[in-house]
Amino acid sequence: MVIPMTKEMQFSATSGLEPSPSEAHPKIHASCVHVSYSGRPAIRDVDLDIRANSVTALIGPSGCGKTTFLRCLNRMNDIIDGCEVRGNIQLDGEDIYAAGVDTVVLRRRVGMVFQKPNPFPKSIYENVAYGPRIHGLAGKGKDLDATVQSSLERAGLWDEVKDRLDAPATGLSGGQQQRLCIARAIAIEPDVILMDEPCSALDPIATARIEELIDELKQNFTIIIVTHSMQQAARVSQYTAFFHMGELVEEGETKVIFTNPKDPRTEAYVTGRIG
Amino acid sequence: MNERHIVKAYDEDLNQLYQIVSEMGGLVEDQLATALDALVRHDPTLANEVIERDRLIDVCEVRIDRQATELLALRAPMAEDLRIVLAALKLASNLERIGDYTKNIARRTVTLTKVPLLAPATQSLRHMGQIVQDMIGDALDAYANRDADLARAVLLRDQDVDRLNTSLFKEFLELMAAEPHHITACTHLSFIVRDVERIGDHAANVANRVIYMLEGYNAQVTRPKDDRSSTIVLEVGESKN
Repeated sequence: MVIPMTKEMQFSATSGLEPSPSEAHPKIHASCVHVSYSGRPAIRDVDLDIRANSVTALIGPSGCGKTTFLRCLNRMNDIIDGCEVRGNIQLDGEDIYAAGVDTVVLRRRVGMVFQKPNPFPKSIYENVAYGPRIHGLAGKGKDLDATVQSSLERAGLWDEVKDRLDAPATGLSGGQQQRLCIARAIAIEPDVILMDEPCSALDPIATARIEELIDELKQNFTIIIVTHSMQQAARVSQYTAFFHMGELVEEGETKVIFTNPKDPRTEAYVTGRIG
Repeated sequence: MNERHIVKAYDEDLNQLYQIVSEMGGLVEDQLATALDALVRHDPTLANEVIERDRLIDVCEVRIDRQATELLALRAPMAEDLRIVLAALKLASNLERIGDYTKNIARRTVTLTKVPLLAPATQSLRHMGQIVQDMIGDALDAYANRDADLARAVLLRDQDVDRLNTSLFKEFLELMAAEPHHITACTHLSFIVRDVERIGDHAANVANRVIYMLEGYNAQVTRPKDDRSSTIVLEVGESKN
């Protein structure tokens, strides 16, 4: 699935921004990433650095490749038949597609929250406790209780569910279920959280709660969010990458992308002229 | 802005905008007070300081433009939030204009220090300046304390400024006719009166935008005006009385 990359490939990434000292070591470094499904290219030649402890939004019209790129970052594309990923993706300087990389370990470090809240058909407590338990991150009893509580607190859900931890998670509202999924993702202490349209099934208030949560979580995690809502990208992210027809057209600081983009295609998309 | 937004960073962005506008307002108040002091004291050094510091006001305007643009682009503000952003942009341009008029006053003050001080005329002008200073002070307090009634009171005072403008214009015309060696001083003072009058108009604009920000309507139509200086004719022989 992975073509070994040459040094040239590894260092050809162009972020378009002048590197500052904190950006010298991006959390994720992607270069020359190509993905095809059954030979049909989905994304081509994507070079993108993701900065640590920030929110990066991937935007673009349907089919532009933004979700495909997101799914490369924890090798979710591995499970799709006919999918081929080429190029180089490094997490903290290590090639995540190298031979011998354990995808279970990788996905523990790079968690994911999906479009539709997908709690397990278990109790609220079990949803959060499941990850730490199978990864051996917390013991039983008080140790695990503390992990569950702190995860729910960080997800801003604790006060709403502390009296009914044994109730089925499916009984929560959509917004609460999505925050539960975020609590479940952070319970295993990942480095990176991938979010694929996390608010598309939620009302504006539940969306604002998730957005506030994302803003808080960036202190401890690196967050990459795919969103169809340009306004959401504008509100939650510090960096934005615009994809169009499988190409990374432009990336940079969100305030620049939304006030003075360089590429006419980005301008056309953010002003609602293509899409 | 009584209740907080669910997204706290939004509050921080709006507060920051509010703070820069207040900072710019404070600078403008300070500049005008100093410029009028320099005029009365016949002090070119003080006047030059005012000219030099005007760029600080311009810098504030750029910061407000940038912050407001980002807020509009990134947060898509609605209702009162939107009016706060629009008011900030309008206040910034009005305050910048006040800064420019103040700089003009300081420039003419430097020139005036090269001719003898016309103390009584300058004092009348100082009185007009005080009213305008109070108008700006109250308009900015109305903004900071979200007080629409205070802003409405500012609008009414613009009429006093217009009346003083008319009477000072007449006073200078008469003085020039009676004592031609004061023509240089009186001409420059007349322009300063005009600058102060325009500052009063901008202070009223600021008050208007504060009312719009707080209540969502434009009070401009109700503002009384009483500037008749453009119709004054000095009758021949009048100055000898």
